[in-house]
Amino acid sequence: MEILFTLIPIALTLGFLSVLAFIWATKTGQYDDLDTPQLRVLRDDATESKQDS
Amino acid sequence: MTEPEPLNTHHNMSSNKHKAADHQPLNDSEYEYFEYNDGIVRLFSIATVIWGLVGMFVGLFIAFELVNQNLNLGYSFLTFGRLRPLHTNAVIFAFVGNAIFAGSYYSTQRLCKARLYSDLLSKLHFWGWQLIIIGAAITLPLGITTSKEYAELEWPLDLAIAAVWVIYAINFFGTLVKRRERHMYVAIWFYIASIITVAVLHIVNSLALPVSWWKSYSAFAGVQDALVQWWYGHNAVAFFLTTPFLGLMYYYIPKAAQRPVYSYRLSIIHFWSLVFLYIWAGPHHLLYTALPEWAQTLGMVFSIMLLAPSWGGMINGLLTLRGVWDKVRTDPILKFFVGAITFYGMSTFEGPMMSIRSVNALSHYTNWTIGHVHSGALGWNGFLTFGMLYWLFPRLWNTKLYSEKMASAHFWLGIVGIGMYAISMWIAGVSEGLMWREFDADGRLVYSVWTDMLPTLMPMYVVRAVGGTLYFIGVCLFAYNLYKTAQSGQAVNVKTKALAMKPELIHEGDHWHRKFEGRPLQFTVWTTIAVLMGGLFEIVPSLAIESNVPTIASVKPYSPLELEGRDIYVAEGCYTCHSQMIRPFRSETARYGEYSKPGEFIYDRPFQFGSRRIGPDLHRVGGKYPDMWHYNHMLDPQSTSQGSIMPAYAWLFEHELDLSLTQAKLKTFQKFNAPYSDEQVLSAVKDAQNQAQDIAKGLLAQGAKQNIHDKKIVALIAYLQRLGTDIKGEKKDK
Repeated sequence: MEILFTLIPIALTLGFLSVLAFIWATKTGQYDDLDTPQLRVLRDDATESKQDS
Repeated sequence: MTEPEPLNTHHNMSSNKHKAADHQPLNDSEYEYFEYNDGIVRLFSIATVIWGLVGMFVGLFIAFELVNQNLNLGYSFLTFGRLRPLHTNAVIFAFVGNAIFAGSYYSTQRLCKARLYSDLLSKLHFWGWQLIIIGAAITLPLGITTSKEYAELEWPLDLAIAAVWVIYAINFFGTLVKRRERHMYVAIWFYIASIITVAVLHIVNSLALPVSWWKSYSAFAGVQDALVQWWYGHNAVAFFLTTPFLGLMYYYIPKAAQRPVYSYRLSIIHFWSLVFLYIWAGPHHLLYTALPEWAQTLGMVFSIMLLAPSWGGMINGLLTLRGVWDKVRTDPILKFFVGAITFYGMSTFEGPMMSIRSVNALSHYTNWTIGHVHSGALGWNGFLTFGMLYWLFPRLWNTKLYSEKMASAHFWLGIVGIGMYAISMWIAGVSEGLMWREFDADGRLVYSVWTDMLPTLMPMYVVRAVGGTLYFIGVCLFAYNLYKTAQSGQAVNVKTKALAMKPELIHEGDHWHRKFEGRPLQFTVWTTIAVLMGGLFEIVPSLAIESNVPTIASVKPYSPLELEGRDIYVAEGCYTCHSQMIRPFRSETARYGEYSKPGEFIYDRPFQFGSRRIGPDLHRVGGKYPDMWHYNHMLDPQSTSQGSIMPAYAWLFEHELDLSLTQAKLKTFQKFNAPYSDEQVLSAVKDAQNQAQDIAKGLLAQGAKQNIHDKKIVALIAYLQRLGTDIKGEKKDK
């Protein structure tokens, strides 16, 4: 079952990357404000003009 | 960390603008004007509808083939075995895939306040993906397949998928880099996780050595191949059918309901826990197989834990509709979304339950699994896609939905269709599981004759096919409704404005902000490294390690003719109805013989464990019947197994056996350290012809009407007679 020695490192690598991504997100302030993002999504874009494609 | 600024969210929804306003009044010159790339969203949306129709029609057709096995009209390319991979690939990668691309491209642009990174990459992405789908639609019915479920495409198409996926990744991450909105909304995180993980899974599972342009052998053998496949297969469900759709859910449901997500905190918590847990759950597809028990337990435990983050998403989605439930009564789009989340909740409850060993012992290989995946696919993926496109089409064509009534009718047809499908398959699955293990008072199997179970199952197959028909009629209404919608409107590209993301607008004192300014780019680099590492981890052991699989002295590689027969077995998709894995239960050993051992599969590339027993297991079929039985059975299955629903394979008696690649095939196996000598490789064709002559002569002596020594069927019989015989002690002389 040496394949497990391959699959487990890959899974751990992905997990490790997620940890890095999570730390990055937290430290860059992605999660400082957990109230406005959900409201901002609802706002439609300021439509300047519409064009035929 | 600084104190969070008090924000008056009612007046200032954008924190950037709020902070900017603190410094100085805004004037128009501070805005950047840009246009969204909605043309590409339109293309992917149209492709979603078209491939949805195709993929679901194929599914419907093969559902009817289980009711009437003659529906293939004698054509090889219309059999269940060849079309089932086409159905799964079409609905997963063509229907759902195009929906992911359409939905993620539309929402990412808006969430990032930026046009897609590159118009050229967008076009390459679209046309590349459609060409791959067409390639699949041609090769799979021709029997060009690797037989690894949801990864059946041969290596040239696999390479194309990898290339197009990288294009998608560059285009997506490029958009993140040039985004004008600093905060990455939770939907984007779901897209990121999906794009990275799918790349890794696809590359690892597709590793193979090509023999020719349209034939390759898996880099892994037997149990190892099975583990890689289901590590991929489970995570394809996770990162192709689940996480991208959660991303879509977090964008389109709030937009359609005009309500903010119930809890943004919950969305973040369940995102990270889902990502951490999902990757470990794959072994639940291999419970009670030759996989080591600790790996099975690991897979089972993680699968059960998955219930929590899955239901976190479901609860968050449903509660987003708090306060607007009255709208659900009238708005067909919200109906579809509520249906989708409900089915997501049901199938993510059912999944962990089916991963419990004792439940799996009953459910595995039965129709229950089919019911489970379809409540997920038709309910969660289908309904969310329908709702999303009903919402998107009027916006992309600047018009109103052609008919809300028709959309409502679609919803109810879909609900009733899924209900009939799932319930009939549950009943069929549990009945099958119980009949397989039922012993009478004397300790004999009650249903020792396989076809005796069919009368119980057949009504369920009929109900399923009718349910599928209703669902498909709904999809036809959906396509017509969207066509009329687009026709009534005009394609528009939205032009808009937004403030640039300026570092100096960030609150002072938080040095992390500036330091990590360009991180999406670095994140992409990390991803690439991770993917490459994945590839290295994979290739190095395969090349360096000779073979650590516990070997059984009597297990020998296949003879050249048997190998050719095995490739025919793979090409015909026999594995879609027959497993080759006898579990260590009394009911299985009594029915099939000695349970399967890991060492028996070391020359099996790809593995053929299968996942479904529409027909009986074949691992110990070798020597069970005379050659003549197989000859008659393949020509007319009902002549040997009364009431069988297997189609006749008459073309195997007509098509010439092609031995032109036999030597190359043996050479490829030599590279995998299979003990073929150079002499054996040189005489491969002659050996195959000799073995074929012997079998054909024997058949003629037993009264066969045709001399089949140069037909495909002779190789298949040779392979079937070899199956599982290596450890029977004495090899039967044929």
